[in-house]
Amino acid sequence: MSGNRGIGAAAPRSEDRRFITGRGRYVDDINLRSQRYAWFVRSPHPHAEVRGVDAEQALRMPGVAAVLTGADLQADGIGPLPVAWGITSMDGSPAVEPEFPALATDRVRYVGNPVAVVIADTRAAARDAAEKVNVHYQELDSVSNAAAAMEEGAPQLHDAAEGNLCFNWEWLPSAMAPEARANTDRAFREAAHVVSLELVNNRLVPNAMEPRASLADFNPGTGQLTLYATSQNPHVNRLLLCTATLKMPEHKVRVVAPDVGGGFGSKIYHYAEELVVCWASRRLGVPVKWTAERSESFLGDAQGRDHLTRVELALDADARFTGLRVDTIANLGGWLSAFGPAIPTVFYAPLLAGVYKTPNIYVTVKGVFTNTTPTDAYRGAGRPEACYAIERIVDEAAAQLRMDPAEIRRRNFIPPDEFPYQSPVGQLYDSGDFEGCLNLAMELNGYAGFDQRRRQSEARGKLRGRGMSFYIEACGAAPSQAAGQLGARAGLYEVATVRVHPTGAVQVMTGAHSHGQSHETTFAQIVADRLGVDFGNVEVVHGDTGEVPFGMGTYGSRSLAVGGSALVKAIDKVIEKGRKIAAHLLEAAADDIEFSEGQFRVAGTGREVAFGDVALAAYVPHNYPLQELEPGLEETSFFDPENFTFPSGCYICEVEVDPGTGVVELCDFVAADDFGNLINPMVVEGQVHGGLAQGIGQALMEHCRYTPEGQLLTGSYMDYCMPRADDLPSFKVATRSTPTPFNPLGVKGCGEAGAIGAPPAVINALLDALRPLGVTHIDMPATPNAVWQAIQAAQAVE
Amino acid sequence: MREFDYYRAGSVRDAAKKLAAAGNPMLLAGGMTLLPALKMRLNEPSALIDLAGIDELKGVRLGRKAARVGATTTHAEVSGNVELRAAIPALSQAAESIGDPQVRNRGTLGGSLANNDPAADYPAVALGLGATVITNKRKIAADEFFKGMFETALRSGELVTEVLFPLPQRAGYAKFPNPATRYALAGVCVAQFKSGARVAVTGAGTSVHRLKDFEEALNEDFSPGALEGLSVSAASMNDDMHASAEYRAHLVGVMARRAVRMALG
Repeated sequence: MSGNRGIGAAAPRSEDRRFITGRGRYVDDINLRSQRYAWFVRSPHPHAEVRGVDAEQALRMPGVAAVLTGADLQADGIGPLPVAWGITSMDGSPAVEPEFPALATDRVRYVGNPVAVVIADTRAAARDAAEKVNVHYQELDSVSNAAAAMEEGAPQLHDAAEGNLCFNWEWLPSAMAPEARANTDRAFREAAHVVSLELVNNRLVPNAMEPRASLADFNPGTGQLTLYATSQNPHVNRLLLCTATLKMPEHKVRVVAPDVGGGFGSKIYHYAEELVVCWASRRLGVPVKWTAERSESFLGDAQGRDHLTRVELALDADARFTGLRVDTIANLGGWLSAFGPAIPTVFYAPLLAGVYKTPNIYVTVKGVFTNTTPTDAYRGAGRPEACYAIERIVDEAAAQLRMDPAEIRRRNFIPPDEFPYQSPVGQLYDSGDFEGCLNLAMELNGYAGFDQRRRQSEARGKLRGRGMSFYIEACGAAPSQAAGQLGARAGLYEVATVRVHPTGAVQVMTGAHSHGQSHETTFAQIVADRLGVDFGNVEVVHGDTGEVPFGMGTYGSRSLAVGGSALVKAIDKVIEKGRKIAAHLLEAAADDIEFSEGQFRVAGTGREVAFGDVALAAYVPHNYPLQELEPGLEETSFFDPENFTFPSGCYICEVEVDPGTGVVELCDFVAADDFGNLINPMVVEGQVHGGLAQGIGQALMEHCRYTPEGQLLTGSYMDYCMPRADDLPSFKVATRSTPTPFNPLGVKGCGEAGAIGAPPAVINALLDALRPLGVTHIDMPATPNAVWQAIQAAQAVE
Repeated sequence: MREFDYYRAGSVRDAAKKLAAAGNPMLLAGGMTLLPALKMRLNEPSALIDLAGIDELKGVRLGRKAARVGATTTHAEVSGNVELRAAIPALSQAAESIGDPQVRNRGTLGGSLANNDPAADYPAVALGLGATVITNKRKIAADEFFKGMFETALRSGELVTEVLFPLPQRAGYAKFPNPATRYALAGVCVAQFKSGARVAVTGAGTSVHRLKDFEEALNEDFSPGALEGLSVSAASMNDDMHASAEYRAHLVGVMARRAVRMALG
């Protein structure tokens, strides 16, 4: 019945018709009667006291309805932007969480920090007036680099954070940490080999195609507020609006996230701008819209990565890993974004075992305030940083011991028969076949032919290198109890409602939100497959708190593993009820009713009734067991997983370097991933491609740079280098699946894999190419300029 | 963007008249630099005079000794002109290396030269080919036209109408693109005429400029080898996060040799 649109089919995306014909409906496409426009006055200084805001001149400008400041915000009792995840330092003290007002009250701490908002009849009028808002700043010394911010005498951002330290954290948790530390230290003392590296994980700008936008519509007649927002998780935003900031009862607030053009993490958070337009709409009694310009996205969207890491690996005489020590300084920005403290800690350290049987691991992380835009989750969120540290140091060990990078990995893999595997850093890995993935990747790459390709490149005057990486990540956030123990202030289950209409058409209400992930297609495939209804008879509804039960949204590659599982459970309930209805219709016992391919049948007989007829009976219960069963066919399930899921994969990259210019050309890129079962392999491949593009962008092109004082240098695409299609090779993508036992679909998640695995594969390949010239280290992004400088420096030494 | 008046000029004379008016009127050709600048409020003209409706500013005319390209001819029209490509491949190569398809179908030759962005491609080709910039008032040799960063010899009320490119014996344009913008980090145009070789560089310094010692070496021997050992001083190069001065100086040498190789086919 589901034809070619069931589970496992490369069904074309149902979303595409509206997107490619311009019929998508994004926040900025929505316009309401009497709508006003907001323009934010932002700090031009990285660090300054705000002595006063003089709005007199601005208020006299044509079309201006209001100018609102931090003082107005305080007067109205609007709460600070919340931190959603608490972290505890190794001395037992909580992380410093300074109050982050949506409009600055006393101090600004990064360039772009909102100070005031102008509400006017048109966007241009608001912007004109914003230029007339006179903010009296007293500039303060400032610092953008996290290591510099920790130095004695560095400018201090928050009184409560001495030395700009938000937290000084260790992993494992405090009770087990002393032993982990002692064991790791012993492993290093007894090691046959020790290798170490200092690594920079470069700061990135998320760059969703659609900039953030918010349209708030407060109806003074009903007291109802509707917020249309570019959100990955509208329920969470409503919860925070209602409980932390605006403080309204939840039944009076509806948050709608319509079509959203990409998120990559940057649209998870409850941002200042959306809070301010809600508040302004409530004050003025008219709808208020704000749409970010691209320049504002560069300044105001939470940024990613920005780690300084020292990583050390201890090996025995057989090149088996015996200990890993990691010390990281994480740049958190001027204030804490919602998950800012969690990303470089609990989303990072528990992944530092990688795919290896390293028995002893000890991790310390210092979170540091600087005069930069706050950092938070960005595609991969902590896992790319972990993977980069591990896979760089493993390759460094292979190079120093003159071993094949594949061999050193093979020797240290967790073998397939040891799953579920308890890692020394607190994760229970579900399943995996690392050697199988490695072999698949090597086959796709043509591993044995590399020497010949290298000679061919040399004949053309090019240096060829090959590098590999092996990632593992934790997806499917999250088992709520585990997340709670790690400091999460929310449960991370997911919800689905399956509403069967009288004719058998099905609507799915899911708490997951699709902003590029193709849920409308893949979730419909699950329904078509399990209920045997036509794919075209399934509609997936998401992104509206008015229509969907309370869900947690989309991030951390969780939608299918958690949201899809909730959907399966709701479908199972529908089938279960349907079986009882069918039993009545067929005059049989419910236990004798089987369901497959859209038909309820009495086992061992030819008697059957179609799913649609059962649905009709549920809504037209003329012949119905009303004493035993309620009419209607609609079921809801909440799914809270037992464990995370652990996708893994092997990436192999080949590069050619032009030593004359430093240009790095990607000649070959192979991705062999284990995502568990696949619902739609075409969608998965698209996700892998996108992740790889972002990972390669990080490795070779992208870098969010500030002056030492905190002026943003890369505030537009003139300076921030985004990868383009012609910068990328044709990817060779394959999967080798070991289904997870921790959810009913056996799925793991694929959204972030490419961004996690690609950077070390690229840099390892580049270093493989450059080692003959004496280059042993390069930081990301390895731009032509950086590569050429590294070659010059190495040759000067020789 | 702030408010401004908009005129669609019917003729060069009409445009010039509007341009001479009070305030700060500006010409709009392709708008590929001007419109983003307006949106970012970096420019605040009192009026925009749109040249799109003036047919006499458009098109390519190929003569025996020179090619004449109208000021509002787009990069796509220049690179797509088969006869022009046969006559001056370097000009076509430069045009097709600018921006992306959208930019090449809007941006114009005259707009690029009048803007004289220090990293734009056309100024190097115009200077390297010894072009003559023709305005509504006079003819200006390329050597006189480019005055410095975003500065030209154009006076107020003057607009570029046409550019005359003498046909070289051979010429090439090699460019190392800025990875972010794809403007030139270093772009070199090399041309050989009976009268001698010309070498012009864009992207690397504060403005497009000629390299006399490279030209002399090529006059002796028009080959990539003739440029081996020649270098430009890093002191005269731009130095920014995209490329150090040393790297740019090095790239100028690499691109110059590449351009000679292209010229030699």
